[in-house]
Amino acid sequence: MSRTGLGLAALAVLPLGFLVVFFAWPVGAILRLGFVDGGVLDALTEGETWRLAWFTVAQAAGSTLLAVVAGMPVAYLLARVRLPGVGIMRTLVLVPFVLPTVVVGLAFRALWTDGGWASIILANAFFNVAVVGRTVAGLWALLDSRAEDAARALGASRWRAFRSVTLPALMPAITSAAAVVFLFCATSFGVVLILGGARYRTLETEIYLRTENLLDLTGAAALSLVQIAAVLAALLLGAAARRRRESALRLRSRRETARRPAGGEWLVVGAALAVLGLLLTPIVALLMRSVSTGDGWSLDGYRALSSTGNDGTLQVSGWEAALNSLRTATDATVLAMIIGVAASVLLVALRRSPGRLARGMGESMDAALMLPLGVSAVTVGFGYLVTLDALPGDLRRSPLLVPLAQALVVIPLVVRTVLPVVRSIDDRLRQAAATLGASPGRVWREIDVPLTARAVIAAAGFGYVVALGEFGATSFLARPQTPTLPVAIAALIARPGQLNNQMAYAACALLMLVTAAAVIVIDRLASGRVGEF
Amino acid sequence: MRFRTGVLVGLVAALTAGCTLAGNTGNNGPSTVTLVTHDSFAAPQQVLDAFKQQTGITINVVKKGDAGALTNTLVLTKANPIGDAAFGVDSTFASRALSEGVFAPYTSPEADRGPQRYAVDSEHRLSAVDLGDVCVNVDTTWFAGHGIPEPATYDDLVKPEYRDLLVVENPATSSPGLAFLLGTIARYGEQNWQSYWTQLRDNGVRAVAGWEEAYGQDFSGSSGKGPRPIVVSYASSPAAEIGDNGKPRTKALLDTCFRQVEYAGVLAGSPNAANAQKVIDFLLSQQFQATVADNMYVYPAREGVALPTSWTTAAPLPQNPASLPAETVGAGRERWIEQWRSLLGQ
Repeated sequence: MSRTGLGLAALAVLPLGFLVVFFAWPVGAILRLGFVDGGVLDALTEGETWRLAWFTVAQAAGSTLLAVVAGMPVAYLLARVRLPGVGIMRTLVLVPFVLPTVVVGLAFRALWTDGGWASIILANAFFNVAVVGRTVAGLWALLDSRAEDAARALGASRWRAFRSVTLPALMPAITSAAAVVFLFCATSFGVVLILGGARYRTLETEIYLRTENLLDLTGAAALSLVQIAAVLAALLLGAAARRRRESALRLRSRRETARRPAGGEWLVVGAALAVLGLLLTPIVALLMRSVSTGDGWSLDGYRALSSTGNDGTLQVSGWEAALNSLRTATDATVLAMIIGVAASVLLVALRRSPGRLARGMGESMDAALMLPLGVSAVTVGFGYLVTLDALPGDLRRSPLLVPLAQALVVIPLVVRTVLPVVRSIDDRLRQAAATLGASPGRVWREIDVPLTARAVIAAAGFGYVVALGEFGATSFLARPQTPTLPVAIAALIARPGQLNNQMAYAACALLMLVTAAAVIVIDRLASGRVGEF
Repeated sequence: MRFRTGVLVGLVAALTAGCTLAGNTGNNGPSTVTLVTHDSFAAPQQVLDAFKQQTGITINVVKKGDAGALTNTLVLTKANPIGDAAFGVDSTFASRALSEGVFAPYTSPEADRGPQRYAVDSEHRLSAVDLGDVCVNVDTTWFAGHGIPEPATYDDLVKPEYRDLLVVENPATSSPGLAFLLGTIARYGEQNWQSYWTQLRDNGVRAVAGWEEAYGQDFSGSSGKGPRPIVVSYASSPAAEIGDNGKPRTKALLDTCFRQVEYAGVLAGSPNAANAQKVIDFLLSQQFQATVADNMYVYPAREGVALPTSWTTAAPLPQNPASLPAETVGAGRERWIEQWRSLLGQ
């Protein structure tokens, strides 16, 4: 094996090892438990299974479409517009993403009681507009606007210039974001459960029901297989779309490309502001609830944050839960960054390599890294219970289990954010540097690092936020001594009494505040001198 | 610029180091008993500390979802249990835990002070800790304001004057929902419960996924101030809804209750069984039993434990609740849920 080959293999150990130990093995073990009883084939051929699959894919596709349509103007606003307040909007747009699904589900129910499937799609899109907005903006801000200006100078309309110059260049980011959103929506659990009442069911809610309640592991295994197949199909479609669009781009810094909108661009800005306004509606409703009581306004909920809730609902105070959230998310993010960046570099190297085999490996690994987003948190959680005791020290009892599970969700997002940027670096820059005598290490330091630093920091920020808001696996694995904020909120809302309820909504406000603070700090890092040139 | 970058990286690293869980290890010594329980478990820290003072045992609480999720977790991990004792397997799921051999036999010396009345198992693998009866709750203010008499029985709920007033939970996704379904089966029998539910459906019952939506959002008597004045909740819920005048705003209908008993036991295969047994004794002790009403909204299984004063008027223990034998529930649960789902068109 050549030196680069060895290097790549070493790089592959970390992501692949992590994926095998913390994903493939536990999920495989649970599926195997379902298979030993037989009957998986019967469950697969039931009409009910396919109705569930159809509804799952349809609602996820609808939600993704809505999130992309609503997210594009937001991306434009964040990437290309120089107006006061855009910085705040960069932060605000991420806030919905961390809210516990139970809270958002209840907020949408309060606004629209019998919304049915339409409210499921709206709520899913509500969560994911940020994914589209920030992912696409990340690339858009770096895109050289001169090609578009040239098209305009040659007489193309704004729309035409966008469609034939900018949009194709943005496609890798759009499809990346859409793939992630699709997976989030396909496995969306709390929203479907609450807004679907008992009428609308998806593969995810049914897997949960069969595993957690009925202990029908055979039925759950069959549904999990369908879920994995659907997710793989979606990933392959996404990969095919990305492959066609791939090209090297000239990346610039945002300072050169952002400017005041003019003429018809104000329409797009207006659309973006409308989307942001809609995103804020449930949030405002939620803040209102945190200060309203049966007879007027009160800050009791906020004061209660320093307590453990009415009659010891929690084992720790709201503040301590917030601290736990920060700690857990830090661990998860550090872990996910190391693994995600290693995986991105590896994937790009594999795709650039001349061999067909290497390229095929790259494609498979890309899909494998995304898969955890599309597999039920219940499956992974129960998988941990039946496997991880085999690791030294019975990892099932370790406080690190939560960050490990969260990292599984964050890694795909890191890869999807970093990869498009690493890919779009013009290889000729590297060749030029090498021709001028730079060592491979120096090429990496002078070309790759500065060009990707922003994307890497942005990925870390986004990953951090995802970890802060992660609920599915966290609620399953968190220990009551160290609940995260979303887990604490769900516990508070599950108890009677006005104070618990108010405290739950106050804790939501705290979670949003913590998120906004984290995003501001990280965005500040990203917009510092690092990475700009 | 190099310098500033270095400072920045150093700063981030320093912040990160103080901000991690690494280094916190779980305490797994023999003096620690891991108690696996459901999400609703709550106990005052002073009582747990007092137990530690007396026995030297630290209780490490691990929560695993609701009673169903808890039971299934115990079943799936029985080869290598994740704890030493478990609390919260209820009468609905007891038969599954027993037939899967999750628990080891243990007769607590405290068990004959009342818990024995709810014994499910001749081998004494499960000890009753508390009763969490599920009853229909009504918003008394709403009924007074509308000049409609409050309903009292299951039969009342299908009468036209209570049309579109009741909200229930889906028995597939909610344990009070399941208890209410079992209550109707206990009342009307295997033969007739479906026709009762058809009448409920025709009378505009709303079925939602969980207690949070039903009680917190749709029920008019909670802080959510929803549109419906009748909800399936717990016998104890009115104790949490006491107004400024000291009177409860809601009431449980004591003729619509279904008894759910919550059990504790020593997990088979625990290397720490002797100490786990002491934890079971503790859960049945006067000391702990006196806390369950305030902390978990359930009734103590032990005799002679006083309820909080507000409970005696707002939330007395139902005297004649319905119940079904654990084996009957174990055998019928899934079939009934499926039938309920197709009946309600859901």
